[in-house]
Amino acid sequence: MSSAAVSVSHGALDDVHGGGVDHHHHDDGSKTLLGFWIYLMSDCLIFSGLFATFAVLCNSTAGGPTGKELFELPYVLGETMLLLISSVTFGMAMLNMHAGHKGKLLAWLAATFVFGAGFIGMEVYEFAKLVHEGAGPSTSAFLSSYFTLVGTHGLHVTCGLIWLVVMMDQMRRFGLNDDTRRRLSCLSLFWHFLDIVWICVFTFVYLRGAI
Amino acid sequence: MFGKLTLDAIPYHEPIVMGTLAAVILGGLALFAVITKYRLWGYLWKEWFTSVDHKKIGIMYIIVALVMLLRGFSDAIMMRLQQAMAASDAAGYLPPHHFDQVFTAHGVIMIFFVAMPFITGLMNLVVPLQIGARDVAYPFLNSLSFWLFMSGVVLVMVSLFVGDFAATGWLAYPPLSGIQYSPTVGVDYYIWSLQLSGLGTTLSGINFIVTIMKMRTPGMKLMQMPVFTWTSLVTNILIVAAFPILTVTLALLTADRYLDMHFFTNELGGNAMMYVNMIWIWGHPEVYILILPCFGAYSEIVATFSKKPLFGYKSMVYATSCIGVLSFVVWLHHFFTMGSGASVNAFFGITTMIISVPTGAKLFNWLFTMFRGRVEYNVPMLWTVGFMVTFVIGGVTGVLLAVPGADFVLHNSVFLIAHFHNVIIGGVVFGVFAAINYWFPKAFGFRLNEFWGKASFWCWLVGFWLAFAPLYVLGLKGMTRRMNHYANPDWQPYLIVAALGAAIIAVGIFCTLVQFYVSIRDRKKLTDPSGDPWGGRTLEWSISSPAPFYNFATLPQVRELDQFWEDKQNGVAYVQPAKYEDIHMPRNTGVGVVMGAFGTVLGFALVWHIWWMAAVGLVGMVAAFIVRAYDRDIDYWVPAAEVEKIERSRHAKLQQIQTTQVAPVAAPQRQKVA
Repeated sequence: MSSAAVSVSHGALDDVHGGGVDHHHHDDGSKTLLGFWIYLMSDCLIFSGLFATFAVLCNSTAGGPTGKELFELPYVLGETMLLLISSVTFGMAMLNMHAGHKGKLLAWLAATFVFGAGFIGMEVYEFAKLVHEGAGPSTSAFLSSYFTLVGTHGLHVTCGLIWLVVMMDQMRRFGLNDDTRRRLSCLSLFWHFLDIVWICVFTFVYLRGAI
Repeated sequence: MFGKLTLDAIPYHEPIVMGTLAAVILGGLALFAVITKYRLWGYLWKEWFTSVDHKKIGIMYIIVALVMLLRGFSDAIMMRLQQAMAASDAAGYLPPHHFDQVFTAHGVIMIFFVAMPFITGLMNLVVPLQIGARDVAYPFLNSLSFWLFMSGVVLVMVSLFVGDFAATGWLAYPPLSGIQYSPTVGVDYYIWSLQLSGLGTTLSGINFIVTIMKMRTPGMKLMQMPVFTWTSLVTNILIVAAFPILTVTLALLTADRYLDMHFFTNELGGNAMMYVNMIWIWGHPEVYILILPCFGAYSEIVATFSKKPLFGYKSMVYATSCIGVLSFVVWLHHFFTMGSGASVNAFFGITTMIISVPTGAKLFNWLFTMFRGRVEYNVPMLWTVGFMVTFVIGGVTGVLLAVPGADFVLHNSVFLIAHFHNVIIGGVVFGVFAAINYWFPKAFGFRLNEFWGKASFWCWLVGFWLAFAPLYVLGLKGMTRRMNHYANPDWQPYLIVAALGAAIIAVGIFCTLVQFYVSIRDRKKLTDPSGDPWGGRTLEWSISSPAPFYNFATLPQVRELDQFWEDKQNGVAYVQPAKYEDIHMPRNTGVGVVMGAFGTVLGFALVWHIWWMAAVGLVGMVAAFIVRAYDRDIDYWVPAAEVEKIERSRHAKLQQIQTTQVAPVAAPQRQKVA
């Protein structure tokens, strides 16, 4: 995964060069990537706010169930693997983008979508099960912060899925050009970013909660 | 079908609200009629609403801010009037629930919908011109930011007539703002208007950081940027670092109110003090977000009107950056009385005192810039000097409040009210008026009338002190803030004086409006043919007034600070290039307007729990954005011939005034003050 991520950021820089040569080009890619990085950092702050909230409230179970009683680590591990694999497949997609293989690129993007959707499906099922067991978000401050943190991540992945569909359609219509390359580079950053956030969720919410 | 919304939501029984509604409807109809009669809708849509030109977006921000200033100020007058009346047996004219909404709306509007758009508008207007750029990094995003902000404005205005507004104070502390104690839609209006406009602000922040980092004209290093651009850069970094926290905080409050969660409730493990911490982690940087660009504007004005380079440019930059960092480690001074313990309070008390040091350094820089300068007291300079005197006193009372022991006595009193109005009016409002008077010619091509500008300044200055000096005294006497009624008749004389002060400020605002009217009427006489009415130092004064839509025909080469000033001294400021080139420009787009409109629908529907309508709003917003992503016709080229035509007429005009009138700058003060 990490090598894929590295090659992605390399690709991003290549893109910068490609656009930067043309002085007249209005949006030469480097601006967009810098802006998108800054956006990701602001998003990171949203997550840090939610993590901090969770840290404050994770023991406020108000007599309700605790993380130890609720979390099924093997299930969450499966969920985690789906998301991690989706990052690998996205990395493969980006490698193919730089190689200019549109067909393979689309196939890898489709694979990414499947794994991402699988992750979301498992998360929705997990949430539904918790609510069904009487451990919904209104049960205690702990569960409120749990659902909000994990749910916000899920919401981000869902947005990523919509973006992925749009990009696959744009690839089909417009092919590989500066615009679609730039947008895919941004989406790739977004996707890996969510992956990293999830690793923190898995560690600090599930693993720590299960102790 | 319509969620919680019924016809009862319109407050028929409140004569003040209904009177306002009637006035707004009549005024709106009149405006509509005038625009229709003169067939201006097409012009407004094509030239303004869909514009991605940073100058026009900046002007729109400032116009909306001026309108909202009138709204926020009416709230202020109502409060001053109520408190001047409601002593001992008298009840005044505002019932408590209305008074509570008034002070909440006053705070929210003045910060989010007056001060913020003033600042964003100024940055829009000035920053690209100062760095020699042709637009911001993301012109469409800029338009989107503005229209998201507008949807917040619309929601706040709608709340006056449909339903109610929050009655919680401007930061909506829970548990009061929770569903249990605020069951009406007031807090929901508050939440969604701030979320929408806050999203716009965050996007603006990203936009301006990239603009300043990536789009400076060739040769301009960071330490050669004008100070206003530097302060804008730091402000936008603060925006990107602080506004996400506001988003989270309000989202958690929303979860409590809508989804029965327990972040800040009294039961099931909720922790209300967490909200207070979080909102101030955003809130304290916010006050620096507002003041820093004003510091930048004062710096430009002081240097220009003293005819000297700014004293201590580097220390100004470092001071600004220090303030930016320190603004994140002082938040707890807003609630020393929470009970964090002596050590925590001491830490935040000390950091608060430390943050006043760079601000003090700035003041000395301004004073030394004026020292032995040839100071001209035009309107912008008057505001600046008024600021220096007023702000220092506000700063000193702030340092006083930073002592936790003193804060235990003074917290929540009108002393605090006097303090923060002292720095926000004395710092931000004065700064904005100084900046408007200073940069107005660049936006419109003519100066503002001096007489009415000076009248406005003196009314504001005198009015401010009359309105808030009594509050300092009353705070020390123990009067708490937000009182609808008080039993102690000794306070009344002070509050009558305060109301008088507010009335004088009202005259000041009126003078500003007259100033605009008179200036537009006399625009021929006040015209600025050179583009450099004040003998400016920075790049925005090197181009015509109003600036051409492409800003710079050829990108200026920068080798040092105040390059334009140097060029004027060397007689090379207005040299025509041998040849002009095609200029690449972004095309106008209505997508920002559409997304803002759907955003308004979304916010209104969420306030009233009209879920189908919320879905329409959300899907509409997302769909409009995706449709935009398919639009491939988003830019165009301005042919070199057209650029040349515009520039030739500009240079012809320049030659005329240079021969018939005076050289744009008198040039005796060449020596640099290092």
